[in-house]
Amino acid sequence: MSTALSDVERIKAASRHLRGTLVESLRNPITGALADDDTQLSKFHGIYQQDDRDLRSERTRQKLEPAYSFMIRARVPGGICTPAQWLNMDDVATRHANGTIRLTTRQAFQLHGVVKTRLKQTIQEINRQMTDTLAACGDVNRNVMAPTHYDLSHVHRQVAEEARRLSAHLTPATSAYHEIWLDGEKLDDGEADVEPIYGDTYLPRKFKSAFVVPPQNDVDVFAQDLGFIAIVEDNELAGYNVTVGGGMGMSHGETATYPRLADVLGFCRPDDVLRVAEAVVTTQRDFGDRTNRKHARLKYTIDDRGVDWFRDQVVERSGVTLEAPRSFAFVGNGDVYGWQRDDAGRWHYTLFIQNGRVADTGERRLMTGLREIAKVLHGEFRLTPNQNLSISNLSDDSKALVDGMLGEFGIDNTSQATPLRLHSMACVAFPTCGLAMAESERYLPSLIDRLDAAMADAGLAGDAITIRMTGCPNGCARPYIAEIGLVGKGPGRYNLYLGAGFAGQRLGCLYRENANEEEIVAALSPLFSSYSVGRDVNEHFGDFLVRTGVVREVTAGRTFHAAAGDR
Amino acid sequence: MSASPESIPAYPLDDEQALRLHDALAGLTPGQLQWVSGYAAGVAAANAGIDAPVAPAGHADSAEALTILYGSQTGNGEQIANQLAAAAGDKGFAVTLKSLADYKPANLKRESMVTFVVSTHGEGDPPDDAELFREFLLSTKAPRLESLNFSVLALGDTSYLNFCQTGREFDARLAELGAKRLLPIVECDVDYEDAANAWAGSLLDALPAVIGAGNAAPKLRAVELPAKHDKNRPFAAEVLTNQKITGGASTKDVRHIELSLEGSGLRYEPGDALAVLVENPPALVAQLIDALGFDGASNVDVRGSSRSLRDALSLDLEITSTNLGFLQAWGAISGDERLQALLDDRQELRRLIDTWQVIDVVREFPADTDAQTFVNALRKLTPRSYSIASSLAANPDEVHLTVAAVRYEAFGSEHWGAASTHLADRLEAGDSVKVYVEPNTRFRLPANDATDVIMVGPGTGVAPFRAFVEERAERGAAGRNWLIFGDRNFSSDFLYQLEWQRHLKEGRLDRLDVAFSRDQARKVYVQDRIRESAHELFEWLDNGAHLYVCGDAQHMAGDVDAALIDVISSQRNVGRDSAEAQLKELRRAGRYQRDVY
Ligand code: SRM
Ligand SMILES: Cc1cc2nc3c(=O)[nH]c(=O)nc-3n(C[C@H](O)[C@H](O)[C@H](O)COP(=O)(O)OP(=O)(O)OC[C@H]3O[C@@H](n4cnc5c(N)ncnc54)[C@H](O)[C@@H]3O)c2cc1C
Ligand SMILES: Cc1cc2nc3c(=O)[nH]c(=O)nc-3n(C[C@H](O)[C@H](O)[C@H](O)COP(=O)(O)O)c2cc1C
Ligand code: SF4
Repeated sequence: MSTALSDVERIKAASRHLRGTLVESLRNPITGALADDDTQLSKFHGIYQQDDRDLRSERTRQKLEPAYSFMIRARVPGGICTPAQWLNMDDVATRHANGTIRLTTRQAFQLHGVVKTRLKQTIQEINRQMTDTLAACGDVNRNVMAPTHYDLSHVHRQVAEEARRLSAHLTPATSAYHEIWLDGEKLDDGEADVEPIYGDTYLPRKFKSAFVVPPQNDVDVFAQDLGFIAIVEDNELAGYNVTVGGGMGMSHGETATYPRLADVLGFCRPDDVLRVAEAVVTTQRDFGDRTNRKHARLKYTIDDRGVDWFRDQVVERSGVTLEAPRSFAFVGNGDVYGWQRDDAGRWHYTLFIQNGRVADTGERRLMTGLREIAKVLHGEFRLTPNQNLSISNLSDDSKALVDGMLGEFGIDNTSQATPLRLHSMACVAFPTCGLAMAESERYLPSLIDRLDAAMADAGLAGDAITIRMTGCPNGCARPYIAEIGLVGKGPGRYNLYLGAGFAGQRLGCLYRENANEEEIVAALSPLFSSYSVGRDVNEHFGDFLVRTGVVREVTAGRTFHAAAGDR
Repeated sequence: MSASPESIPAYPLDDEQALRLHDALAGLTPGQLQWVSGYAAGVAAANAGIDAPVAPAGHADSAEALTILYGSQTGNGEQIANQLAAAAGDKGFAVTLKSLADYKPANLKRESMVTFVVSTHGEGDPPDDAELFREFLLSTKAPRLESLNFSVLALGDTSYLNFCQTGREFDARLAELGAKRLLPIVECDVDYEDAANAWAGSLLDALPAVIGAGNAAPKLRAVELPAKHDKNRPFAAEVLTNQKITGGASTKDVRHIELSLEGSGLRYEPGDALAVLVENPPALVAQLIDALGFDGASNVDVRGSSRSLRDALSLDLEITSTNLGFLQAWGAISGDERLQALLDDRQELRRLIDTWQVIDVVREFPADTDAQTFVNALRKLTPRSYSIASSLAANPDEVHLTVAAVRYEAFGSEHWGAASTHLADRLEAGDSVKVYVEPNTRFRLPANDATDVIMVGPGTGVAPFRAFVEERAERGAAGRNWLIFGDRNFSSDFLYQLEWQRHLKEGRLDRLDVAFSRDQARKVYVQDRIRESAHELFEWLDNGAHLYVCGDAQHMAGDVDAALIDVISSQRNVGRDSAEAQLKELRRAGRYQRDVY
């Protein structure tokens, strides 16, 4: 194996803290694209170059370059967003992007279809409402997640606040962002750029962190590089179990790559969060593999060197003594829908948004309705880790108002959808995602129609099973921890993974390779039937399939690709 | 090759010389003949002080070189190709390495050894960069490749149904075209490294047999004698490609049309136009016959020969435009006073001629007449000219056009231009169209290749400049090339965008300015770019650059002229009159040439 640094390392090193030639690229009128190297750097600014893949081959024939446009991801720590921020995003999406807003699996916003000549103005307008896009992508800590269910309001507030602090602490210090997009308006007043945590070449790879409050594992804490599981004792936050080394991404046919669930490292006090987090980040900074981007995530650093070694590094670097992990239990990784009232008497409504796409479609004027709600809302929005939206922190009066508007705009379809659909997620994939091998967002809804029917036939119409689809093995919708995981392999073809835990606590196992729709339905239908008759009380689908030996229990990322029968 | 010298027409030698040459060449092998032709070219070049017309730049060594072409989506194949190129280079082979996207498939026939590294994607589809090459290779356009040796490394994944499909297709098709398979195809699964390395090793071992020393004679194409094709004897050229090159959202439909000149002996120079003989739109012919109440099958006499009215209106007579002769004749036939009044008003007449078609006239001013009288009033269908968009040197046996389809709404119905829609809508690959070359000696590249050129070509006006840039690249011209292009929208109307980008990247185009009028509130045109670049433009001109303008005569040509006068007057610091005079002088000196229509 080669030991040369990966090309992205060269680009980062030469970038003068993420500047590269972005300014020149924006000015070049001959192409709608950025210079190749700049497409890597733009990610750190929250900007992905994409092209309309539906048009790609047609345009090559037309001797035109691909229809380039940009996806912009805006960070929303903990998913908390004010009505003013929502309205701003809506406005920007309508005027500069493709007229839709995409809520992501990490509680962030995405806009698609912004052309290069509008990029700068769009970024400026996003920043009008104190939302930014810096570090929404790139080899840095991404949007920090926090839970969006509300039973213990003061603990949740505390945890959300901690998520914000961590997000701020790990935000890159470069002034390139302001310089390039906001016309040099140097908010930090021109301090020479130093990256105290990241150093000049940032991390070897993306890095993701999340907070969670049991019993709901809505953020999928085990899929994160770094996680904090809140331990609540006597209704108060005692501290966190720290988790490290989760991640989903892999490549088909390369068994050295695999999804992996995080290990619990130990317990820390609330005051120690930033120090522990920084130690985890700098260990990965110093030891992550910078020669091979497919082996550069923290999960491989830990598998290569061992959890104990890693814990020692963290303890030594942070000066924090990690205590033994405290006990916790998760019941599910989905969202809790509908109205909830927290212990302080405030109301929260969680709305199902299929695959996170906010758009007006026929009768269901979702985008318009949410805009109108935002205009009158005394409260806040919460983007959920399952691509849904909560309308939060409402008084009794506001609740009545919002309730009326949900009906008026035909938005509330939560009651019509089956539990299967309510527990579904799909990544973006075609036509924008450059890595997609198969459809996902545009396809899963119709596949669920068929599976709904199969479940109803098996007498499971009222049962919740988690199902997630991605257009490629990168795993953006965390499919390997859905009870039914579908991972694109080629047009219309998916690998089917089964047996994952309902709370995201166990990886699924490959059950069918390269299956088309008929084969998927044919594979699942008999399993639904046997589950329907053979399950134990409250037994989840994934657990049932493992117990009855339909699939092997996958106990570690390293054995994800093992042959049947192996452990 | 058996023609005796006496039987060769239009020969540049006198009889005595011809016989001497014939004797001198008698008994030589084809290889020796090739050497002699190169020798003679060299002697001629030395005497005239010009470069010998050997194989074009960039292909000079193709006879001896290994060409490695890859089609790769996720980079595996590209990496293998890179490694092979490095290894072959180390062994002293001359190597050309290219993505299939950057390779002109027509060059295959000039190669002697090509190796392909190609993966399969989708459901047995080629990787994106190999798509067009594959289409060419599998099509009937692909030439015979008797003199080509090849080998294929196919990448794939056995978990797909169509394992290594693209590689297999290449391998089979190349053999079918007569190329010689140097090594059997090697098909790799996802763990391709070992198989690929082994293959590269055997390839390097086998190479000396096909591209070893002693095979270095430059390949000169035999000089063909120009056959005469003109208006009366047009050549029926086969359509190779009819490709829309404006994007989906465009307000325009511009076609890139490639025609084959194979067997015609037709030659052209960059700057020439191709005349196209066409048929009128069948729907329009039917509408016209209907509007007049005639019988399409009835016979009429067209300048002494008899044919059906339908054929006469389709093939012989102008019906998509009007002219004074027709309008006057129709005025007399119809006796319509309103038409007569229009004819008496110069301005109205102009408008009528510019915007009305025959059908509009006969519908607006109905008359009771017979088919023969109507036919007599019409003008003969004239050929249409299109600037040639290709360099013959870069595209042997082909001619390319850039055609904007004329379609518009008027008088409540759809209207069509005759030639442009014939080319755009009614011809597909395999059909043929009658053409001949219209030389244009007043639109020529500088004789001196070191001279810079500035080309202003908005819209289809860019066509000849595609030929210019190709030609200068083939010649290895040292002069700089600057193109100023404009159209409506960047995303859909940037004609030949990919080609310009490639030319820029590879140094065949030095500067490209673009003006897209409808992408922002304020309209910008090529003349605005000229004014913005006044200083550099003037520097280029001062340095001896030639300036070319092609495209719309109605507005653009005048606007550009005015901008040029501004540039000269501001940069020279002289008055308008003087600037105008200087521009005229450039015109006179042949340094400012226009081809506007
Ligand atoms: C929008 C989103 C999916 C969604 O439907 O919501 C998404 C979309 C993309 N992801 Fe992702 N990822 C998204 C969450 C995830 C997750 C889930 C998570 O973080 O909890 C994962 C799996 C967890 C992990 O990181 O392992 C994920 C693993 C990847 C990977 C694989 C990383 C790896 O280690 O192998 C890539 C590709 C890469 O980085 O090379 C990727 C790359 C991409 C890109 C940017 C494609 C690209 O690199 O060109 C996708 C843009 C598609 C588009 O057109 O919008 N995305 N991506 C999610 C945005 C999250 C956010 O707001 O930041
Ligand atoms: C030297 C030279 C080079 C040329 N190069 C090119 C080239 O590279 N590419 C290219 O596309 N063309 C080129 N042209 C123009 C080309 O020759 C034809 O004139 C053009 O394609 C239209 O021909 P047609 O037969 O389709 O339309 P015609 O049948 O000749 O014309 C249709 C009639 O419609 C009328 N008309 C057209 N548009 C409208 C409108 N919007 N409203 C009302 N009336 C209208 C006009 O009166 C015209 O008489 C060139 C011309 C010349 C002289
Ligand atoms: C979306 C997708 C579809 C594929 N389809 C096929 C296929 O139909 N047949 C095949 O043999 N290989 C298929 N492959 C496998 C690739 O050919 C293989 O990964 C190869 O090594 C890629 O080489 P490249 O990186 O040069 O493109 C597919 C790969 C992908 C990602
Ligand atoms: S999982 Fe793959 S296809 Fe889906 S958004 Fe992520 S990278 Fe794109």
